[in-house]
Amino acid sequence: MDIDLITNILYATVRTGTPLILVALGEMVCEKSGVLNLGQEGMLLMGAVVGFMAAVTTGSLFVAVLLAIVAGILMSLLFGFLSITLVSNQVATGLALTIFGAGLSAFLGSSYVGVGITGIEPMSIPFLSEIPIIGKIFFQQDPLVYLSFILFGVVFWIFKSSRIGLQIRAVGENPEAANAMGINVHKVRYMAVIFGGAMTGLAGGYLSLAYTPLWAEGMSAGRGWIALALVVFASWKAERIMLGAYLFGAASIMHLVMQGLGFEVAPNLLAMLPYVATIAVLVLLSSNHMKTKLSAPMSLGTPYRPQV
Amino acid sequence: MFNTSLKLEKRPSDSQTMSYLSPLLAIILTLICGGILFALLGHDPLEALYTFFISPLTDAYGWAELGIKVAPLLLCATGLMMCFKAKIWNIGAEGQFIMGGLGGSWAALQFLDATSSWVLIPIMLTGMASGLVWAAITAYLKTHFKANEILTTIMLNYIAVNALLWAVHGPLKDPQGFNFPESALFVDATLLPLISDDYRLNISIFFGLFALVAVWTLMSRTWVGYQIQVLGEDAKAARYAGFKENQLTWFALLTCGALAGLAGVSEVTGPIGQLIPSISPGYGYAAIIVVFLGRMNPIGLVFASMLLALTYMGGEMVQMEMALPKSLTGLFQGMLLFFLLACDLLISYRVVLVKKVLDKKVSPSATIDAAS
Repeated sequence: MDIDLITNILYATVRTGTPLILVALGEMVCEKSGVLNLGQEGMLLMGAVVGFMAAVTTGSLFVAVLLAIVAGILMSLLFGFLSITLVSNQVATGLALTIFGAGLSAFLGSSYVGVGITGIEPMSIPFLSEIPIIGKIFFQQDPLVYLSFILFGVVFWIFKSSRIGLQIRAVGENPEAANAMGINVHKVRYMAVIFGGAMTGLAGGYLSLAYTPLWAEGMSAGRGWIALALVVFASWKAERIMLGAYLFGAASIMHLVMQGLGFEVAPNLLAMLPYVATIAVLVLLSSNHMKTKLSAPMSLGTPYRPQV
Repeated sequence: MFNTSLKLEKRPSDSQTMSYLSPLLAIILTLICGGILFALLGHDPLEALYTFFISPLTDAYGWAELGIKVAPLLLCATGLMMCFKAKIWNIGAEGQFIMGGLGGSWAALQFLDATSSWVLIPIMLTGMASGLVWAAITAYLKTHFKANEILTTIMLNYIAVNALLWAVHGPLKDPQGFNFPESALFVDATLLPLISDDYRLNISIFFGLFALVAVWTLMSRTWVGYQIQVLGEDAKAARYAGFKENQLTWFALLTCGALAGLAGVSEVTGPIGQLIPSISPGYGYAAIIVVFLGRMNPIGLVFASMLLALTYMGGEMVQMEMALPKSLTGLFQGMLLFFLLACDLLISYRVVLVKKVLDKKVSPSATIDAAS
């Protein structure tokens, strides 16, 4: 394997890892506030379809990305209304959001299957992109990839040294205590859920506008679920999400690696890899069950009912 | 001027009536929203709803077609019901269905020169065993590694889809099939017997009804069923009583896997008659809705299966008659589940009208009385 091939594989790894980073960072913030949103897959599909439809009708990729984010937010509000305001079961509501999102996106996108657009093009960053190898891998990507770097920085900073981060954590660890401290638990949770929706909507837009500029039913192919496993794998830490997402990204493009090494493996068998890797990660985590339990937000999955 | 607001108040105990009314309410809300949607698409809402929900069932052929779709839904839902009763969130009926169809197809292709229908027995058993093995992976991961079954079953669904694609493009592809990703057509002896020669309906509907009665009897009349129910109601109490949680988990998941596998093999040896790249229009996922909508009750499950089966036929009908996308099926299914979850809130809460006290701020959002 020569260096060019390795660089190309790593370049593709960053591209494949990007939607996972976006979804997982959003879900991490959401879970930190104690809300488990299993509807990522549905929100992802809605972001993808709305973004694509907007790109076709308006011709503006910028508007398309914005509307993808809006679609994610609207879906998350639906989830938030049911699970926060109406205190419904978060697991069931999340599943419903996924089934609903899959159905609605298939319906909305039915006349857009097979339509082609010019997707978001890579944009080299001056100077940085000229660094050997690293430049090609990280700085000759498209703008949404750079945005994922920035958003990683933002989320990292929020939990490292911001007041909002402390509030989110307080709400997620012990909502009663947070409430007693004067934090509006529902408000914080709504904000966290909306942030998660925006991130996942953006990830959906990335899929249909940059990664593969097209719409196909169910095109997210389980990335929303993989991202959910990734959050646990990363024990709710932003930097580990980055690392994990790129590892999963690498697993998803194994066919490139295999071709590079001259192996002939059926593509459908290689396509199983990210899912098998997710299961492997879940098994690995179990060897350290206590640690997972300790790093999980205490109130994760439990609705909060304010005492009146 | 009255200044009033709506408030959610916890009921002293869950309302039994509401738990049966909620599905009906959800169906009505889905119909209303569906009607609005049709109107927005520029169709007469009543006419469109008629086309979607009534016109597929105006003749005997329609009812027979409904039966073809009820059978797999009922089989999957019956298995899922057992898992959900034990609070095992098995989302994997879809994957178990596909593996059943895949394993069963492999078996059916071994009998391409068969003349006696007895070969159906090993074919059906292979299909059931394939679904069972697929569910066993989840059971093993859950009992040995405490791996979350929602995630493992969903991952296994995606793996099963890829396994099916691999098989139809590779080992099970018809050598004389002009390179189409399809298996050879199954011979008559390996196809499920039809109930009447005039329709496509086959005996798989009896599998579904039999499984439902058997599982229901097991759940309500036997010691194992009782233990599963206790495990779901209160896992701590079950452990305290010395029930073997792991064994019960295995039992529920394997039963579901076998039933979903049977549904899968019945589909390929029934209406499809060969292995193709897509053998399930999402029956495994729709069956989840069936279980919730049917209130985990045997009669409820039958009606809910019929309704969900109807959404598939309605989708095809509006596509043919009104040139609307077939994917309306998924949308109606999603709406149904969402409205159901919202309406289910009324089981443990009631909406009361409260007068706002002036000068005192009352949150307009739902505030919940903590009296209970």
